[in-house]
Amino acid sequence: MAAEPILELQNVHASYGNIKALKGVSLKVYPGEIVAIIGANGAGKSTTLMTICGIVAVDEGDILYQGRSITKVAAEKLPVMGLCQVPEGRRIFPRLTVHENLELGAFYRRDREGIEKDMQRVYELFPVLKERKRQQGGTLSGGEQQMLAIGRALMSRPKVLLMDEPSLGLAPLIVQKIFDIIHEVNQKEGTTILLVEQNANLALQAAQRGYVLETGRVTMEDEAEKLLHNAEIRKAYLGE
Amino acid sequence: MDYFIQQLINGITLGGVYALIALGYTMVYGVIQLINFAHGEFFAAGGYMGVILLNWFIGRGYMSTHPMICIGASVVLTMGYCAFLAMGVEKIAYKPLRSASRLAVLLSALGMSIFLQNAMMLTQGVFDKPYPIELAEGSLTVGGITVSYLQVIIVVFTVVLLVGLNLLVFKTRIGMAMRATAQDKVMSSLVAISSNRIISLTFAVGAGLAAAAGIMVGFYYGSVRYDMGFVPGIKAFAAAVLGGIGNITGAMLGGLIIGMVEVFGAGYISGQYKDVFAFIILIAVLYFKPTGIMGENVDDTRV
Ligand SMILES: Nc1ncnc2c1ncn2[C@@H]1O[C@H](COP(=O)(O)OP(=O)(O)O)[C@@H](O)[C@H]1O
Ligand SMILES: [Mg+2]
Repeated sequence: MAAEPILELQNVHASYGNIKALKGVSLKVYPGEIVAIIGANGAGKSTTLMTICGIVAVDEGDILYQGRSITKVAAEKLPVMGLCQVPEGRRIFPRLTVHENLELGAFYRRDREGIEKDMQRVYELFPVLKERKRQQGGTLSGGEQQMLAIGRALMSRPKVLLMDEPSLGLAPLIVQKIFDIIHEVNQKEGTTILLVEQNANLALQAAQRGYVLETGRVTMEDEAEKLLHNAEIRKAYLGE
Repeated sequence: MDYFIQQLINGITLGGVYALIALGYTMVYGVIQLINFAHGEFFAAGGYMGVILLNWFIGRGYMSTHPMICIGASVVLTMGYCAFLAMGVEKIAYKPLRSASRLAVLLSALGMSIFLQNAMMLTQGVFDKPYPIELAEGSLTVGGITVSYLQVIIVVFTVVLLVGLNLLVFKTRIGMAMRATAQDKVMSSLVAISSNRIISLTFAVGAGLAAAAGIMVGFYYGSVRYDMGFVPGIKAFAAAVLGGIGNITGAMLGGLIIGMVEVFGAGYISGQYKDVFAFIILIAVLYFKPTGIMGENVDDTRV
């Protein structure tokens, strides 16, 4: 493990109006890792990712990316720096075609050849997207939309990929496929992944390390393996 | 029959003008869900800037030597000027209210409209300002139908602008970003699109089209006035609603329909009520089908 974290949250607070959603979240992600954040509905997992991405403002604390603070950086600058998100609910542009959705992932890029190559690669990873290339994004099934959302993020050439509940509402077979891809992207390209899941079992099996989030606070952090065998965790998040 | 075709041609000319103005309403609505009540003023500002530039070229003596270049330059500069004006208006009157209630933004828009109208009145006077030259004299007579060259020029230029806009929105990278921003602003920032820039651009494009319409109307009627943006502005708004607000093809279609209805209503029913027809349509659409012709269901040309 490299000495310096690529992404670090230091005591981050964030809120929606007067609802405090994050009350001092600290976490570290090292280059090449898969890190899981697990927690119940409403714990602040999505808010954590949206705060990292500059969509939700940081009230207090700091977020460091590649060693520098990004709390003041505009959201639209972050993908250019390699920080990308596959958000909860996929957020496919419904009235753009599948192909246009992918092109938008590469919106900031100017290297035509590289974009073309990455496009081919995404179509190889998800052949169904190629078949549906000219179809509007909104007409895809849930699983296809999740693939499109991942493909779109890959088109941004992420260094750190934040993924918010990629398994949500998908059939087990599709979930398996999605997690295979996550693994492949991490292994082959060395993309660092911060994975948010309610499905703790799945997330902790994929990750090396994990954080447990409860009502806006980190209550536990450990190697994924250990969390997976922790009695408390098993009781609270794995339904035992 | 000749009379009918004659009116049809007049309807297309007028409808094109409404379509150009309606696009600004619909695009801005598509991107930030705001009815920009100041939009009609860009049309008026375009009409005025046209006169000012044409007079300037005439004063320098360029008009007699290079009339086409002078007129072309006047049109392009006017469109550019109104584009910048609209970007300024957006920055001052709307951007600070991005997260305010919709009512606050609407009031700001109305205030901006009054401000711009008064600014034009104070700087340009309350009287009609004549267009100093005719764009094209003479007309074409086929059968019993007369079409002035000016009408031909207006229709052709309108078509060029409408086609250009469609290409911009549906075939370019920036148009794709515009549509993405209209559909999901959070997600578009997650793919590195600056929504502020897109919003600014949308205002600019809409105002540029309205400015072109303003100049054409100036040439067509021979003069402009500080309050000329009001009635066509509301009619174009009716056109945008009729077409399905937020929908580009809808705005074009709505403009054409409103223009036709106005011309035919004036010709066959009563000339005195010509301004009423657009409002009857507006009320009917809001009552019976608020989503308009192309709204919601027929949705592929929404911004
Ligand atoms: N847009 C919002 N406006 C107001 N409150 C919100 C909003 N989004 C989330 N919250 C609140 O913030 C808290 C954390 O939510 P969230 O980050 O979505 O949790 P999770 O992703 O872990 O389910 C919850 O109490 C939720 O109700
Ligand atoms: Mg969530």
